[in-house]
Amino acid sequence: MVDSEFEFTSNFWNIWIIVLTVGNILACWWLVRWTSKPTAGEAATGDITGHTWDEGTLAEYNNPLPRWWLWLFYITMIFSAIYLALYPGLGTFRGLLNWTQQGQYDQEIQAAQEKYGPLFEKYAAQPIATVAGDPEALKIGQRLFLNYCASCHGSDAGGSPGFPSLKDGDWLYGGEPDTIKLSILDGRTGAMPAWGAVLNDQGVDEVAAYVISLSGRDADAAKVAAGKTHFASYCAACHGADGKGNTAMGAPNLTDNIWLYGGSPGVIQQTIANGRNGRMPSHRDFLGEDKAHLLAAYIYSLSNQ
Amino acid sequence: MDSQTTYNYKVVRQFAVMTVVWGIVGMLVGVFIAAELVWPQLSMDLPWFHFGRLRPLHTNAVIFAFGGSALFATSYYVVQRTCQTRLFASGLAAFTFWGWMLVIVLAAISFPLGITTSKEYAELEWPIDILITVVWVSYAVVFFGTIVKRKVKHIYVANWFYGAYILTIAVLHLVNSAAVPVSLTKSYSAYPGAIDAMVQWWYGHNAVGFFLTAGFLGMMYYFVPKQAGRPVYSYRLSVVHFWALISTYMWAGPHHLHYTALPMWAQSVGMVFSLILLAPSWGGMINGIMTLSGAWHKLRDDPILKFLIVSLSFYGMSTFEGPMMAIKTVNALSHYTDWTIGHVHSGALGWVAMVSIGSVYFLIPKLFGREQMYSVRLIDWHFWMSTIGVVLYIVSMWISGVMQGLMWRAVNSDGTLTYSFVESLQAMYPFYFVRFLGGALFLSGMFLMAYNVIKTVSGARAFNAPVPQSA
Repeated sequence: MVDSEFEFTSNFWNIWIIVLTVGNILACWWLVRWTSKPTAGEAATGDITGHTWDEGTLAEYNNPLPRWWLWLFYITMIFSAIYLALYPGLGTFRGLLNWTQQGQYDQEIQAAQEKYGPLFEKYAAQPIATVAGDPEALKIGQRLFLNYCASCHGSDAGGSPGFPSLKDGDWLYGGEPDTIKLSILDGRTGAMPAWGAVLNDQGVDEVAAYVISLSGRDADAAKVAAGKTHFASYCAACHGADGKGNTAMGAPNLTDNIWLYGGSPGVIQQTIANGRNGRMPSHRDFLGEDKAHLLAAYIYSLSNQ
Repeated sequence: MDSQTTYNYKVVRQFAVMTVVWGIVGMLVGVFIAAELVWPQLSMDLPWFHFGRLRPLHTNAVIFAFGGSALFATSYYVVQRTCQTRLFASGLAAFTFWGWMLVIVLAAISFPLGITTSKEYAELEWPIDILITVVWVSYAVVFFGTIVKRKVKHIYVANWFYGAYILTIAVLHLVNSAAVPVSLTKSYSAYPGAIDAMVQWWYGHNAVGFFLTAGFLGMMYYFVPKQAGRPVYSYRLSVVHFWALISTYMWAGPHHLHYTALPMWAQSVGMVFSLILLAPSWGGMINGIMTLSGAWHKLRDDPILKFLIVSLSFYGMSTFEGPMMAIKTVNALSHYTDWTIGHVHSGALGWVAMVSIGSVYFLIPKLFGREQMYSVRLIDWHFWMSTIGVVLYIVSMWISGVMQGLMWRAVNSDGTLTYSFVESLQAMYPFYFVRFLGGALFLSGMFLMAYNVIKTVSGARAFNAPVPQSA
């Protein structure tokens, strides 16, 4: 894997890079050496070179290169030579330290794992519901939440349109501790198909009225009746005949007046007509089992005090 | 009387005046987006005023409109006077002015509309890129044509730098802008993935190295000795730092891509050449500042000289900071933070803007047949407003940037991050406000300059100096 970072499409480019890099540094070295020495026939040090421009108003002194500046130049060139000997820089040459950035990353991750791993392992060995009662664990869980989850679900876990609240006890995929953990580890894809073409504007309007009535809100009785028929044929398969949803496929409960995308008649119509696509990304590779375990405990604790 | 007996000052006048105009426009957009970061509601939720669309307008306007006009004006002035011959191909020179202005206007329209290649400092879409190429080739013909027909044997050092900048920008622009067009307003880069990133930063850093450094060093090499009335400090130093600067700058780009998918050899090479670059960069600063040795007293009452010399101090400071930030360990802290923004502005405001402002103050009276600017006192005011503005800007960004970097990497005893991203954002607010103040102060100075220029120019007649007819 790491070797690909050293590969060139052909050895020509490998040599090309080495020659240009070394050549440019040597050329700088030579340039400094060459200009430090006086050349035959030139003006004496500290004198005017003799060339003038712009009606004699511009001239140049032949002052020597400032010594401290020369040293600065030499030091940077020497540093560069040492650096290129130690670290990868000259084509496929790996450098004497055998350093790679992937290696540095792996090392840092391993060091962090050794340092913090036992703490997370301790909690991972306990059931999530137990961890949810441990104030220390919840603090860690909250920190993880603020960094990895808050950008969508909000720093108070209250959610925002399209991103469910995690503290209201209403669960799209189920609120069991292990189900929450699974949602974090593998992510979720919630797809509601678009029904606009099937139902037409009137049908959409009627279904919306029926859906509104499900949570006990007022709606036009005639529309509700018509919408109920449509609902039975198109929506009940996922949302259930009673509209209480289905956590197996993440179909929301439509009777509790909690709305993922908004509960106004207009937004409900939009949802029915155009469908919705919700996506919670997977965190298995990114956070790993043990951190997801702690996070699940924190989230579980929000609605199960 | 536009015969060969006078210098072509017309195109210089046009570019010099537009330098002031575009300076105000570009910095105004900058101050506006700085204000948006403090008061986001300023965008009024309109896409055209969104930070993401106005930010490239700001960078392009200050670099290519303001900086570009300053470079065109001074290079055309300097190359004529130091070659003792009228500008080659005056018609073509006029075309570069109108062509460049058209590029700027198209940028000002296309960026707010959201038309962008999304390559930093090269956001303009392909039809405008082609126009830039045509203008730039014409620029090269005018500049090098003038060098060829020069009446003096030696090529003055300012022209080496101008020449290097013109040639290199042509190469950078052509290579980085290579793209496959899909419509008049959309194209895709010709390069894939990490190669695209490398080409972009090879371009991006050399835009800094050749447009914002070599070009302005050319400016420095003419206007500092002229204003100081002293010979350039060291011819030798100019030879060494010229060749070292242009050869090593070429390699420095990868330091923008440390710890990324860029192959490690490229990162290392980028880092070492960035370090080697320190001495060649300082060579220019030393040569400029030491030119004043023996005439330090002139700094007391000549605000133009103050602009020029302080610009060199900022140049020295940011070219020390740059190599340090290119060291991987430092970069791990500084990268992606406001420190970078502060660094760029110590170069852009402290060096590029101040050396340009000083040079334009030198030029305007000469181009309009006046003894000096309308008010020297106002130049002094402008100088202090600029200096305090830059200092406010870069100090606030240093603090904010280092704080950001430290907050992002702080961890608790359990290994979790101490601060969420939003907390670091909140911590930056006061510094964003100070940065806005600094920028606003710098911009106010530009308005003083505009007033001073208008007063100097009004009632004056365009003046074209005669070309000395000596052998």
